[in-house]
Amino acid sequence: MLLGPALVISAVLFTLGVAGVLLRRNAIVIFMCVELMLNAVNLTFVALAQRLGVGGQVFVFFVMAVAAAEAAVGLAIILAVYRHKQTVNLQNINILKG
Amino acid sequence: MTGTAVDLIWLAPALAFLGFVLNGALALWRPTAKAAVTVFGVGVLAAAFAVGVAVVIAFARLGAEAPVVFRYWSWMPVGALQVDAALQVDQLSAVMLLVVTGVGSLIHLFSVGYMKEDAGYARYFAYLNLFIFFMLVLVLGANFPVMFVGWEGVGLCSYLLIGFWFNEKVNADAGKKAFIVNRIGDFGFLVAMFIIFWATGSLDFGDVFARAPTLLGAGGGAVTVLTLFLFLGCTGKSAQIPLYTWLPDAMQGPTPVSALIHAATMVTAGVYLVARCNVLFALAPISGAVVAGVGALTALFAATIALKQWDIKRVLAYSTISQLGYMFVGVGTGAMAAGIFHLVTHAFFKALLFLGSGSVIYAMHHAYHATHSHEDAQDMRNMGGLRRHLPWTAGLMWIATLAIAGVPPFSGFFSKDEILAAAFARGSVQPVWLVFWGFGLAAALLTAFYMTRLMLYTFHGPNRTGAEAEAHLHEAPWVMTGPLVVLGVLSAVGGILNVPELWGGNAWLHHWLEPVTKPGAALLPEAHLSHATEWTLVAIAVAVAATGIVGAWRLLKPEALLPARSAPAERGFARVLRNKWYVDELYNFFIVQPLVWVSREILWKRVDQGIIDGAGVNGAARGARALGWLGSRLQTGQVGMYVALFVVGVLAILWRVTAGS
Repeated sequence: MLLGPALVISAVLFTLGVAGVLLRRNAIVIFMCVELMLNAVNLTFVALAQRLGVGGQVFVFFVMAVAAAEAAVGLAIILAVYRHKQTVNLQNINILKG
Repeated sequence: MTGTAVDLIWLAPALAFLGFVLNGALALWRPTAKAAVTVFGVGVLAAAFAVGVAVVIAFARLGAEAPVVFRYWSWMPVGALQVDAALQVDQLSAVMLLVVTGVGSLIHLFSVGYMKEDAGYARYFAYLNLFIFFMLVLVLGANFPVMFVGWEGVGLCSYLLIGFWFNEKVNADAGKKAFIVNRIGDFGFLVAMFIIFWATGSLDFGDVFARAPTLLGAGGGAVTVLTLFLFLGCTGKSAQIPLYTWLPDAMQGPTPVSALIHAATMVTAGVYLVARCNVLFALAPISGAVVAGVGALTALFAATIALKQWDIKRVLAYSTISQLGYMFVGVGTGAMAAGIFHLVTHAFFKALLFLGSGSVIYAMHHAYHATHSHEDAQDMRNMGGLRRHLPWTAGLMWIATLAIAGVPPFSGFFSKDEILAAAFARGSVQPVWLVFWGFGLAAALLTAFYMTRLMLYTFHGPNRTGAEAEAHLHEAPWVMTGPLVVLGVLSAVGGILNVPELWGGNAWLHHWLEPVTKPGAALLPEAHLSHATEWTLVAIAVAVAATGIVGAWRLLKPEALLPARSAPAERGFARVLRNKWYVDELYNFFIVQPLVWVSREILWKRVDQGIIDGAGVNGAARGARALGWLGSRLQTGQVGMYVALFVVGVLAILWRVTAGS
């Protein structure tokens, strides 16, 4: 039933996503890593759905819908920031410094 | 309620208060409507006097021994402490009521002329009416707290009127000095009230005086302490040693104010208080001796200062302090009627002297104003020979001078003689009273001397105003001389009130006051003088007065006096007297300066600025800012940082959750 390998892959994908968010500086790349984490979670939902019922698969659709909306808003923000600062390197974007 | 005119007693203070409200409103919105102010200001006082006469006549017809008390509403119902807003009419308050409204009316009338050209005319009359209201509350109150309201109120009005011309700093300072010095006395009054309530469980005059002999016991510690605190209040209000220093400075106010508040009525409140509490003072022989001793010392001390003052009003101010000292000798001795008698006659002749000096100052001021001179209009060295220009004032002030000096048959002779005789009589029981009598006699000599000096330098000898100003000197209008004439008549014949049996009189005032003074007198040792001794005392008193007057007339040379501008400074002992024994300087050095130093260096700079501002207010702000600074260090603006912390947090929660299960 491949539940074990599926969860392992999902964990690896999630860790890759977290590492990417932590280590990369480019906003686009970080954004993609966040998507990676979402999809890792989706994979967990789907894998567990065969044992725990269809609820997990329904949830995946919600996550994908939210991720789509997030992608639209997030990319628009990144575009606006780029127009303003001519860069998407997050190290240079720190005007909220206390 | 008695069903007679006595029930109208509330009208007297109410009328004065109405005058205050009306004049106060005019002062705020129509200060130029002087005719209306005159009608209200003098009218309410005349009406109050009429009410007073009606009340006293009705009260005398009742023939009541006990006071007639009117309780209007419950003021302070606090457990065992039940204080009503209550007024009472008895023989003592009747006398005070007539003096306050009667002399007050005359002085209000005089003020119409004296203050005519002042821009603050309406404000002046508003304050004056308010003063009369509080003074009536003081003398009519049926318990200590109501009396205290009046006591504080007259102090407030005194402050307002001393600093009436407040745009000159010296006047405002004099007002503040009077107010602050009186605070010390008021503290004494308050503490005394606390002790009275603690010891007798009541603050009503009737209850307190009825319970005092059984609850407090003669010569007990509590009654001695409480009467001494009461007397501290009296020394403030009635300007006795050690708190007298405010009264001479109070002369910065308008002269009619000096006559009304600082001579005839308010300053006698202390004498009234002692007479009112005669039972308490009779129970505390030590306090009685202190009252009489302080009075005698003040009488002599103030009289020495009056010898060398040049300001005509200052002489009268020290004279007032000295005469108040006499009254305290009287009431301290237990001769309450004699003290009150002197209070009444003093109100007549001292009001006359002050109003007369007001008339002189008015004339001097106008003469200097007309000639654009900036000389001091109150300095006697600038006067001289004024009797040719102010014959009425001169004549009337001579009557008052003879009265205050104790020349028979003028009013002051009878009252002063009675006080001295009472002190001498107590001397046969306790010798210390002979010392007080001696002080009083010495003060009488000085009184005759300095009053003659005042008259001599003001009205006799050559004129020193300068020829140009002299041409402008003239008598004041009738509205000012009229009250002087009435007071002159009262000063001359006021002694009729209480002609002693020695002179074939019936001692009317003495018998009239007996219902009030009897409980106290019953507790004091009997002291009687033989007629031969009394005649000897009279002879001594008259001889002393005559010596003072003739001595001054012979010794002083107004011809040799120079105007204030060119006068040389005094030397030796005269300078000490001229500088009032340096008491103000001593107080300044030993009390005011250390107090200011402690306030400024410790209370202000250390406690207020250091602890309260520094540690408290600013310290809290600094602490909050430090915490905020710490928090702001976390806000780097780096998203990576936030994410890292976020991950750490999630891991911590995950670890906590999984470790728990």
